[in-house]
Amino acid sequence: MDPTPSLFALMSFGPDGWGMRFVEGLVVTLEVSAASYFLSLIFGLLGASAKLSTSPTLRRIADLYTTLVRALPELLLLLLIYFSGADAIKFVLSFISADFEDVEIDPFIAAVAALGFIGGAYMTEVMRGAILSIPTGQIEAAKASGMSKLLTLRRVIVPQMLRYALPGMGNLWLSATKDSSLISVLGQTQDLLFMGYRASAVTKHYGFFYSVAAIMFLGITIVSVIAIRIIEARVNRGYR
Amino acid sequence: MNESFTFIASIAPTLLAAVPMTLVLTFLSAVIGNSLALPIAVARLSGNVFVRYPSAFFIFVMRGTPLLAQTYLIYYGLGELLPGSWVQQSFLWPYLREGFWYAVFAFSLNTAGYTGEILRGAIEAVPRGEIEAAKAYGMSSRMIFWRIKLPRAVQICLPTMTGETILLLKATSLASLITVWEVMGTARQIQKVTFRVYEPLLAAGFIYIVLVFILTRVLMIVERRINRHRLDPVAA
Repeated sequence: MDPTPSLFALMSFGPDGWGMRFVEGLVVTLEVSAASYFLSLIFGLLGASAKLSTSPTLRRIADLYTTLVRALPELLLLLLIYFSGADAIKFVLSFISADFEDVEIDPFIAAVAALGFIGGAYMTEVMRGAILSIPTGQIEAAKASGMSKLLTLRRVIVPQMLRYALPGMGNLWLSATKDSSLISVLGQTQDLLFMGYRASAVTKHYGFFYSVAAIMFLGITIVSVIAIRIIEARVNRGYR
Repeated sequence: MNESFTFIASIAPTLLAAVPMTLVLTFLSAVIGNSLALPIAVARLSGNVFVRYPSAFFIFVMRGTPLLAQTYLIYYGLGELLPGSWVQQSFLWPYLREGFWYAVFAFSLNTAGYTGEILRGAIEAVPRGEIEAAKAYGMSSRMIFWRIKLPRAVQICLPTMTGETILLLKATSLASLITVWEVMGTARQIQKVTFRVYEPLLAAGFIYIVLVFILTRVLMIVERRINRHRLDPVAA
């Protein structure tokens, strides 16, 4: 490498450039976002079902979940779940066999679990609102037709709530892509912001490489916003 | 378990001493950010494209990139530019060596972007009839803005702004990553020194819950005060 490479050389895709590593970082960021978002959908559906259930215990647990997650900084929750998640899994595994004593939890999975758990609390509120907007008559009609609870959820509630939940779900996807940047703090994942950190620490071009990372995040946002618009138009096609 | 409580009790004073830093970060960023939000919202609504597009772009960048990336960019990016420039000789330098002002700067800009967009929506949501009534009274457009549009817009977006302030309080925890010793940073420092993983984080989490609870109450009182003339006279 020549002593003062130009910024273009620094961003090149060759062995001396950071281009390829930033593309890899982009892929990791998208993977973490997608996986944690999928997990938050599951947590959200469970949380919303619990909040709307007739059981006061379930309702209280779901309330505690959403209140705590929304009152705590994401960074703090991420670290807490990241550390405790690994310990909890080790603890459970230690009952099965002593061989699992020194099992290592993949940092990627731990980070995804933590982000999904956090996103799930916000998703719970979005889905709760969407389910409430379905006329109760329809759910009663499903019951009268002899549908089980699961069948009602699959055939009546989910297809209709999607329409109401979509704007909130879109916003949460945008948050998920941005919140995924927090995992760079763990120093274990090669995500986009971590690449910015590494590249600028090595080359001392802090402003340049953090701008590159920011622009790539902006790119994710632009593509996402367009995709969300298309999906919303498609889901609402029967109503306009 | 008991031992954990003794440990938490021993670190509590250190963590509580960091609470003012978290509050100052939140307060300064909220005041500066919300003040900047007004010109941004007005610019965003301007008929002049040279004013409207930069404002729209600013909002888009602030909302489209992670706050952590913005914070790093400002802290490390400016940290790369400022030394060696005239700033190093100026009276500002002692302040600009610390992470604190970079954190305030980053959080303020971010708040300005988010609140600017909220305020724009609220200004547009002011009922047309009220503006027409003001026009019928012969108010100038400047007077209409200061007396009708802005006060009504603030009323409309107050609940959303309250929510944003709570988010800001939580977001100040990111300052810990640029060496500002607020609650989160102090908790991580304790983690490193004592090799305890959970207790410092749990104690810090408890502090954040209490702070969020208190801030929610305070903002609720402010909200009621601003909207006092709209309250039910019997209930009030």
